[in-house]
Amino acid sequence: MRIPCPLCGPRDRREFTYYGSDDYLNRPSPDAGEAAWDDHLHLRANPAGETHDLWYHEAGCAQWLRVHRNTVSHEIYGAELVAGRKGDAQ
Amino acid sequence: MPELIAKPALDHAPLIHGACRMDPAELGPITSVALYPGQEKAVAKVLKPLGLSFPAPNSLSANGPVQLVWTGRDQAFLIGGEAPEFGTAAATTDQSGGWAALRVSGDAAAEVLMRQIPLDLRAQAFPPGRAVRAPLGHMSAVVIRDEAGFLILIFRSMVRTAWHEIETAMRSVAARV
Repeated sequence: MRIPCPLCGPRDRREFTYYGSDDYLNRPSPDAGEAAWDDHLHLRANPAGETHDLWYHEAGCAQWLRVHRNTVSHEIYGAELVAGRKGDAQ
Repeated sequence: MPELIAKPALDHAPLIHGACRMDPAELGPITSVALYPGQEKAVAKVLKPLGLSFPAPNSLSANGPVQLVWTGRDQAFLIGGEAPEFGTAAATTDQSGGWAALRVSGDAAAEVLMRQIPLDLRAQAFPPGRAVRAPLGHMSAVVIRDEAGFLILIFRSMVRTAWHEIETAMRSVAARV
């Protein structure tokens, strides 16, 4: 399995650390209420198919990546940097 | 005041096995140059008198003995020269004591290093002027290709381990000839 790092190019997955779903990028506001925070912290989809998740390129550029992949076919469609994403605060 | 004694990170003699040679390398000062957001033009202005430009990912900019090597997103290491004043364009930190360097050269250099670094380092895929972040065994390294071979930057505390790992690879490659 190789992950196409936008900076370093395609690299072996052992250079990366897995974090979890990209839901973690969408943090509710502090006053969003218990249900929103419970959902953010604990409730995850377990898709058979396409998914987006977060990987850290530990042995390379030290950047967080949002990887688009398929849990059934193991195909990796692409990866983008989390830093500088549109709509995110810097 | 205690008297401090400067010691080299490596005092090994050059090592030759088969068609590969490894030497400790002395780089001089190393300064990390980390761009503040949106300051690309301001940094280019500071670098211009030095004959350097901020390198694209996986590359470097060189002028004589001074080189600016890409080491991460919006970050590069200035090696072999004193850093200019970047003002509010970039944050600079002295990295000289944190890193040590090895030079690996010879016809079998790429074959040797590919045993420890999981990248295609053959000349057609990794020509002079390339500089990447890559693992060497389990250590984080900066791998630079120039006309003389490979220059490898490794955390100073791990450079003896790196030497040992590469020596092991040199011996096994030489034994297969």
